[in-house]
Amino acid sequence: MGETITFWVLAVVSVTAALGLVFSRKAVYSALMLGTVMLSLAVLYAVQDAPFLAAVQIIVYTGAVMMLFLFVLMLVGVDSADSLVETIRGQRFWAIVAGLAFAALLGLGVGNAVLAAPKGLEAVTAKGNVPSLAELIFTRYVFAFEVTSALLITAALGAMVLAHRERTAPKPTQKDLSRARFVEYAEHGRNPAPLPGPGTYARHNAIDMPALLPDGSVSSLSVNRVLARREAAEGTLAPEILAALEAEDRETEERRREKSEEPARHHANGANGSGPNGSSSDGAASNGAAGVGHAAPDDAAAPVEESRATAPEKGEEAE
Amino acid sequence: MEPAKIIEHAGGVIGVSWLLIALPLLGAAVLLLGGRRTDRFGHLLGVATAVASFVVGVLVFLQLLGFDPAERRRVVPLYDFIPGLVDPMGLLIDPLSISFVLLITGVGSLIHIYSIGYMAHDPNRRRFFAYLNLFVAAMLLLVLADNYIGLYVGWEGVGLASYLLIGFWQHKPSAATAAKKAFIVNRVGDFGLAIAIFIIFTTFNTVSFAGVMTSGADASQGSLTAIGLLLLLGACGKSAQLPLQSWLLDAMEGPTPVSALIHAATMVTAGVYLVTRSGAMFFPEGSTAAIAVTIVGVATLLAGAIIGTAKDDIKKALAGSTMSQIGYMMLAAGIGPAGYAFAIAHLITHGFFKADMFLGAGSVMHAMNDEVDMRKYGGLRKVMPITFATFMIGYLAIIGFPLLSGYFTKDGIIESAMEHNATLGWLAVLGAGITGFYMSRLVFMTFFGKKRWEADAHPHESPAVMTWPLIILSAGSIVLGGYLILGNRFMTFLAPAVGLPEHLPSFHPFSVAGLVTLALVAAGAALAWFKYGAGEVPVTAPRGSFLTTFARRDLYGDAINEALFMRPGQWLTRLAVFFDNRGIDGLVNGLAAGIGGTSGRLRRVQTGFVRSYALSIFVGAAILVGAWFVVGNL
Amino acid sequence: MTTHYLVLSALLFVIGGVGVLVRRNAIVVFMCVELMLNACNLAFVTFARQNGNLDGQIIAFFVMIVAAAEVVIGLAIIVTIFRTRRSASVDDVNLLKY
Repeated sequence: MGETITFWVLAVVSVTAALGLVFSRKAVYSALMLGTVMLSLAVLYAVQDAPFLAAVQIIVYTGAVMMLFLFVLMLVGVDSADSLVETIRGQRFWAIVAGLAFAALLGLGVGNAVLAAPKGLEAVTAKGNVPSLAELIFTRYVFAFEVTSALLITAALGAMVLAHRERTAPKPTQKDLSRARFVEYAEHGRNPAPLPGPGTYARHNAIDMPALLPDGSVSSLSVNRVLARREAAEGTLAPEILAALEAEDRETEERRREKSEEPARHHANGANGSGPNGSSSDGAASNGAAGVGHAAPDDAAAPVEESRATAPEKGEEAE
Repeated sequence: MEPAKIIEHAGGVIGVSWLLIALPLLGAAVLLLGGRRTDRFGHLLGVATAVASFVVGVLVFLQLLGFDPAERRRVVPLYDFIPGLVDPMGLLIDPLSISFVLLITGVGSLIHIYSIGYMAHDPNRRRFFAYLNLFVAAMLLLVLADNYIGLYVGWEGVGLASYLLIGFWQHKPSAATAAKKAFIVNRVGDFGLAIAIFIIFTTFNTVSFAGVMTSGADASQGSLTAIGLLLLLGACGKSAQLPLQSWLLDAMEGPTPVSALIHAATMVTAGVYLVTRSGAMFFPEGSTAAIAVTIVGVATLLAGAIIGTAKDDIKKALAGSTMSQIGYMMLAAGIGPAGYAFAIAHLITHGFFKADMFLGAGSVMHAMNDEVDMRKYGGLRKVMPITFATFMIGYLAIIGFPLLSGYFTKDGIIESAMEHNATLGWLAVLGAGITGFYMSRLVFMTFFGKKRWEADAHPHESPAVMTWPLIILSAGSIVLGGYLILGNRFMTFLAPAVGLPEHLPSFHPFSVAGLVTLALVAAGAALAWFKYGAGEVPVTAPRGSFLTTFARRDLYGDAINEALFMRPGQWLTRLAVFFDNRGIDGLVNGLAAGIGGTSGRLRRVQTGFVRSYALSIFVGAAILVGAWFVVGNL
Repeated sequence: MTTHYLVLSALLFVIGGVGVLVRRNAIVVFMCVELMLNACNLAFVTFARQNGNLDGQIIAFFVMIVAAAEVVIGLAIIVTIFRTRRSASVDDVNLLKY
C-alpha cells in the first residue's frame, strides 16, 4: 500500500517533470526538471529494494551529472531560451507521431506480458543489498567493472583534450590591457577608469543611489540599469537619474551617428566590465536609444537560440 | 559401274606428288617474301615452278597409267593433324584429279609464259607472277585433297588469289570494286560449302572422300539432299552459276591472263569438279540435288549466252560465254555417270579453247592500246594473222564446228541431256544456237569489216612469247575433243573415279539433235554475218530494244541483288544503328541519367540536421519493435 | 505493480525520445538522452525485483557509469562547438550534408 502511494505520487511528479523538461523554454528549467525526475527515480529505486542504486543515482546523477549540466549551461549562457518555433518541416509532427506510436507499442508489449508476482530480492540479498551487489560486481562482473574504469579514465582524458584550447597569441599583460583601455578611450571615448561605486559621494550607501559628480549631478556610469528599469516601471525612479541616463543615451546616439561607418560597439567589454553594474549597463546601452524599459535579458539571449533564423544579427548581439 | 576403292599409296612419283603443290607455293613464297630483290627474275621463277609442276604432273600421270584401272585411285598420306578426330590430310591421285592437274599445270604454264610478254611493261610483274603461282598451288590443293577440308582450304585459296588478281590494278576503282564484289559473292557460296562440310562431318563423322563413300548408306535422305543443295550453292558461287553469277563479268577488270587462267580455264570450273567429285554420294541420278544442278546449269547456259550477245566489251562477251559453257558442264554433271565424262571433257577442251580466245583477246588488246570495245576494232585479221588464226580455231571449237574439240564434247553433253530429259536437251540446243550467234558476232566485229580504230591505234602482231602459247592452245582445241570422246576413251579413263553409266554412249555424227544444233549454229553465224560482218557497225552502241538492254544489263542480275540484298541490308544497318543509338544507348544513358537524377534527389535527404537522422532512427526502431510484435504473435 | 513501473518507464522513455527530436538546444537534447537512460534504468531495476536477482541492478549501475562518461564527453563537445560557432543549437551543426 505504501509502495502504491509512493509510486503514484512519484509517477505523476516524474512524468510532469519530464514533460516540463521537454517543453520549458529555458534550459535552466529543463535542468531542474531533470533533477526532479532523477530524484523521483531515486526514490522509486529505493522502494524497489535497490538502496545502493538510489544512493548512486543521487550522488552521480543528481550530484555530479546535473552539476556538470548546470556548469555547462552557465558557460554557454544561462539565460539562453530555446525558441519553440520548429524550423525543420514536419519534424515536430512526425516526432510526436513516432513517439505516440512507440509508446503505444511499448504499452502493448507491457500489457500483453503475463507477469507473475514479483519474486522479490530477499533471497539474493540476504547479506544486505550493498554486500550482495559488491559480491557480484567483484566476481561475475569484475571484468566489465575494470573496463568501466578504463572507460572513465578515457572519458576524462577525452574531455580534457576536447576542452583544451591552444593559446595562439601571447597572454596579454597588464600593460597591454591598460594600453588597450586607453586606445579605446581615444577612439570611442570610453571611460578608462573603473566604474564608480554607487553612492560614493552620496549621503546613502544603498545600491540604488547613484554616485554624484563634483557638480552634484548624477553620474550615469554608476546607475544600475536593471534596477533603474525596474524603478522606471514602478514609477519610483528619481527624475535626476532619469535625466542623466537620457543624456548619456543621447550622447551615445550622437557618437554613433558621427561614426556611422564604424558602429559604436563595446569592443573591450572585459576592460570595463569589472564594475559592479557593468554587465547590465552594457546590455542596456547596446540596445540603443530606447534604453530604459527594455526587456534586456530576453532579447539579448534569444538570438543565441534563434541564430539559425537570424544569422546576420548574431555577430552583434550574441556578444 | 561404281567408282573404284581408294587405296593407300607409297613410293614412286605419286609418293612425292606433294611437289605439285609445293613447287608453285614455294615460288609464290619466294616472290612475295623476297620483295623487290626478286623483280629481275621473278617472272622466270614463276614460269619455272609452273612448268616444273606440270612435269611432275605428267610423271604422276604416266605412273598412274601403269596401274590396273581398278587400282587407279591412290591416296598419298601427308599429315595427321589430330589423330582420331579429323581425317589425316592426304592427296588423292585418281583419273579425275590428274585430269585437272594436267589442265591446271599445262594451261597454267602456257599462260605463265604468255604473261611474260603481256605484263612486260607492268612495274609489278613480279607480284603478278607470285599471285599466279599462289593460285596454281591453291587450285592444285583444291583438286588433289582427299577430303572436304583440304578441298575447302584450296577453295578459299583460289578465292584469295582470284581477289588479289582481279584487284591487281587496284589503282583503278572499278578493279578494286570488282575484286570486292567477287570476294563477297564468293563468300555466299563458300558459306554453303562450309555448312555442307559441317553437315557431312556430323552425319558421317568423317570428311574424307573415301570415308564418306564407305559410310554413306546410313545417312538420311534429308541430310543427303541438304548437303547436296549446299554443295551446289558453293559450286554456284565459285563457278558463277545462277544466282551467284554477277561477279564474273566484273572480274574481267583483272589482267587478261588472269581472266584466261582463273576466270575461264580453271578456277570457275571448280564447281563442276565439286559436283563431279561428290556426285556418287550427294548427286545420285534423279535426286533433288541432281535435278537442281541440271536446272541451274541450263538456266546459266542460256543466261550467259544471252548476256554474251549484247556485250561490246570483248572480255565481257567472252565472260558471258564462259558462264554459258560452265552451264553446259553443270548440266552434264547433274545428269550423273552418263554426263560426268562429257562434263570433264568439255571442261578440258573449254579450258583450251577459251584460254586460247582470252589470250587472243589479250593479244588484240595489247595491240590496240588496251581498248576492249569491239566497236572500235574491225579488220584486224590482216595485221594480226597469228592471233586471228588461233582465235578462229578457238571460235570454231566453241561453236561446235565439226571435228573440232567443242563439236565432240558439246555434242556429247547435248546428246546425254536429250537422253536424260528432252526439255533440257532442246534448251541446250538453243543455247548452242545462241553461242553460234554471239561468238560469230565477236569474231566479225573484231577481225572482219572495216577499221573502226581510234586515231592513235597502231595494231601489230604480238611477240613470240605470246603467240606460241596461242598456237599450242589452238592445237589442243583442234584435236583434244575428238581424242577424248571418240571410242569413249575419256569415259573409261575416268571410270575408276566417277563410275560408268549402264550402257556406254556411242558417237552418232548425224543424230537429230546434232543436226539441229549444227543448223542453229549456222543460222546464228549467218545472222551475225549479216548484222556485223557484212553491214556497218556503228562505233557507238545503238540504243537497242528492250531485250538488248535486258542483256546488256546482265539480265538485271545486279539490280536484283541490289534490290533484294543490298538495300534491305543498308536499311537493316541503318535500323541497327538507330536501335543502337536510341535503343541501347538510350537505355544505358537513360539508366545512368535515371540513377543520377534519383541520387540527386535522394541526397537531399542528407540534410545535415542531426534531429532528422534521429527521427529516422526512432521511426526505424518503432517499426522494428512493431515488426517484432507482429512476427512474435504469428 | 511491475506493470506500472514498466509503463512509467516507457512513458519517460518516449517523452525523452520526443524531447531529443523536438528540442534544438544541445544541452536540453542531452538532458533528454539522460532521461531516456534513466527510464531504462527504472525498467532494469523493476525487472531485477520481478525476477529475483541482482543482475538488473548491476546493469543499471553500469549504465550510470557509462552515462557519466558520456555526459563528460558530450558536454566537452558541446563546449567546443559553442566556442567555435557561438551556438548551442544542434541545427547549426549541419555542414556534413549533401
